[in-house]
Amino acid sequence: MRAVDAIVECLKAEGVEVVFGLPGGANIPTYDALYDADIRHVLVRHEAGGGHAAEGYAKATGKVGVCLATSGPGATNIVTPIQDAMMDSVPVVFITGQVRTDLLGTDGFQEADVMGITMPAVKHSVMLRHPLEIPRALHEAFYIARTGRPGPVVVDIPMDLTRADIPYEPVEDIHLPGYQPTTEGNAKQIRQAAKALAAAVRPVLYTGGGVISAGASDELRELVEAGGFPLTCTLNGLGSFPAPHPLWLGMLGMHGTRTANYAMDEADLIVAIGARFDDRVTGKLSEFAPRAKFVHIDVDPAEIGKNVPAHIPIVGDARNVLPRLTEEYRALGAEQARLESWWQRIHAWQERHPLRYDDTTDDEIRPQFMIESLYRATDGDAIVSVDVGQHQMWAAQYYHFRRPRKWLSSSGLGTMGFGLPAAMGAKAGMPGEQVVCITGDGSIQMNIQELATCAQEGIDVKVFIMNNGYLGMVRQWQELFWDRRYSAVDLGRWPDFVKVAEGMGATGVRLSSKVTLEADMREALETPGVVVVDVPVTAEENVYPMIVPGGAAREMEG
Amino acid sequence: MGEPGTPELLSLEELEASGGLRTGRKHILSILVENKPGVLTRIAGLFARRGFNIDTLTVGPTDDERYSRITLTLDGALHPIDQVTKQLHKLVNVLKIRDLEPAETVARELALFKLAVDGASRAEVLQICEIFRGKVVDVSRRSITVEITGTTDKIEAFDRMLRPFGLVEMMRTGEIAISRGRAET
Ligand SMILES: Cc1ncc(C[n+]2csc(CCOP(=O)(O)OP(=O)(O)O)c2C)c(N)n1
Ligand SMILES: [Mg+2]
Repeated sequence: MRAVDAIVECLKAEGVEVVFGLPGGANIPTYDALYDADIRHVLVRHEAGGGHAAEGYAKATGKVGVCLATSGPGATNIVTPIQDAMMDSVPVVFITGQVRTDLLGTDGFQEADVMGITMPAVKHSVMLRHPLEIPRALHEAFYIARTGRPGPVVVDIPMDLTRADIPYEPVEDIHLPGYQPTTEGNAKQIRQAAKALAAAVRPVLYTGGGVISAGASDELRELVEAGGFPLTCTLNGLGSFPAPHPLWLGMLGMHGTRTANYAMDEADLIVAIGARFDDRVTGKLSEFAPRAKFVHIDVDPAEIGKNVPAHIPIVGDARNVLPRLTEEYRALGAEQARLESWWQRIHAWQERHPLRYDDTTDDEIRPQFMIESLYRATDGDAIVSVDVGQHQMWAAQYYHFRRPRKWLSSSGLGTMGFGLPAAMGAKAGMPGEQVVCITGDGSIQMNIQELATCAQEGIDVKVFIMNNGYLGMVRQWQELFWDRRYSAVDLGRWPDFVKVAEGMGATGVRLSSKVTLEADMREALETPGVVVVDVPVTAEENVYPMIVPGGAAREMEG
Repeated sequence: MGEPGTPELLSLEELEASGGLRTGRKHILSILVENKPGVLTRIAGLFARRGFNIDTLTVGPTDDERYSRITLTLDGALHPIDQVTKQLHKLVNVLKIRDLEPAETVARELALFKLAVDGASRAEVLQICEIFRGKVVDVSRRSITVEITGTTDKIEAFDRMLRPFGLVEMMRTGEIAISRGRAET
């Protein structure tokens, strides 16, 4: 068959139902095969939108996302989504067109060194040299993207290869000698970790996106409830544990709760599960959790001991490790009472330092109030994608995620422009779910063109713009640390998002009434089609509490 | 310990951190990689990105044409070697990494020394070469080029001896290394 039909066969064999992309000269053959294939292709308006959509799809469904781009500028446009997927361990296969092999290295028309440009940003990448390599390389790409610690894989296919005729047989015997993720977890170490938990009197479980990737939320909950352990999540780990919950301390880190950060600070044992001690979590590393010993469970051995020493390292998949840890812990019959004074201390923090904001009697909508209203209007059950900035932090603080794969955030890279395409990808993968995007007036403009994609494709996402007139998070830093010198953060009054929405084939509304906000939001959510909701909020509100940059976690401000 | 009701199974205080340790000595990593385009770039890029400093690096074929062998040396005082090897292991084309134990390893390096010698010093230089089992590979009226193999220490000792005679230039390959005994590296 035509090599491009083999590409489509590979995608089908991998269970791909929808791909995101935009064609060009170098991948026209592939698009010809997609023309009447049984796979939905979503024509994005910018390849970055396609890459983030594939990420959103993958995050929401747990399946591998697929993004197609042509050579040269098409490929360079997906560099940001590739790095984004790398930082947040999102399984996405990026298939790029490339110039003909005889033109490689000659600065041919629309040639870019995609391998070279993306190499530091991928889990793996290959440029194919022979048409017969296509099937195996694609199946390997899916395998590598979804197994072990998931991540982005780039497959670069020169145009002439796709015009060949090749046989296709599904490849099932994938064996990569240099890639054999350890998923089991060492039994002795797991027993040791159980003993450490039984010995601890001030334990904290600290969980990240790895729990969600592993599909180990139920297993996590078993462990937490078996021991009555306090638990906190990273930004990327929200939803790995059902919030709110009596054992849940809230998110930790720069804009986490005081309780979570104080508990880490005083803990005698921290069990990190699928989390990587990012600097936004630890604050000043030398003063991070000074009294704690660390159990570190991660499928990626290189994360263990990277930023923080591990006293009990466990390399393995959380879904395998956690049930065995729970079993071992139960068998020890540790006395629950040993945690009583720890819990008293935690409860005292919770009482003294709840998340709060000043909601004066004026009729301005506070950004936090906006999130709380949306939480209620969606019954706390929507898939929520966010962009990057203050709105992202407030969404993390005030929207509580009961289940995994409901929270789509560019957490590691912090990519403005992620939110809308991610919502689009999620909705394409989960058409039965309510999908909302909470974005900022700055971020939305970085991929706003995808509104047209959503409208054309009938991907009914609801976009809520927290409009503070600023690149708010940068403004906050300038206010707090740069003497209020607001350099290049004022976004002015444009565009008129309601008009933009209409021009894009969406419904646009502006909600300015605080009293009816929740009801108005419900109405917007019930409006068919793509809806853009512009919500003007207090301009100079700050996200608190906050670990100041370079500060220790226990010195939270605000 | 001794909290009421806590089984005396393990004392948290006694737990020691593993990994992240700096050994303070030179390490020779022997890396078996797939012979595919871009593998060296990936390794070099990884070192650059993570701030690992390579002292020497050699690449060559192995007895199996599907694989190449990379030998690199780095300073264990500057880098936690386990973090370096773990990062290398993440590369799909990297098959095997050995952090070679100095006592169980034969390491060799090849160097070429070009020396500016005249009639008077020539005899003395040749004598030193002989002691070090160096081989003269080129001679001209005003120079002599010597090939020498050995451990890094030996080559550095040779360098110290000969430099005063007038070194024009010197080139070294960096070490390759193989494990002692019957077992494969
Ligand atoms: C692509 C990109 N460029 C720049 C930044 C730096 N940055 C972080 S937050 C932020 C402000 C975002 O503004 P907005 O979307 O309006 O969100 P707000 O903070 O106002 O809620 C900026 C510019 C970024 N994260 N991503
Ligand atoms: Mg803003």
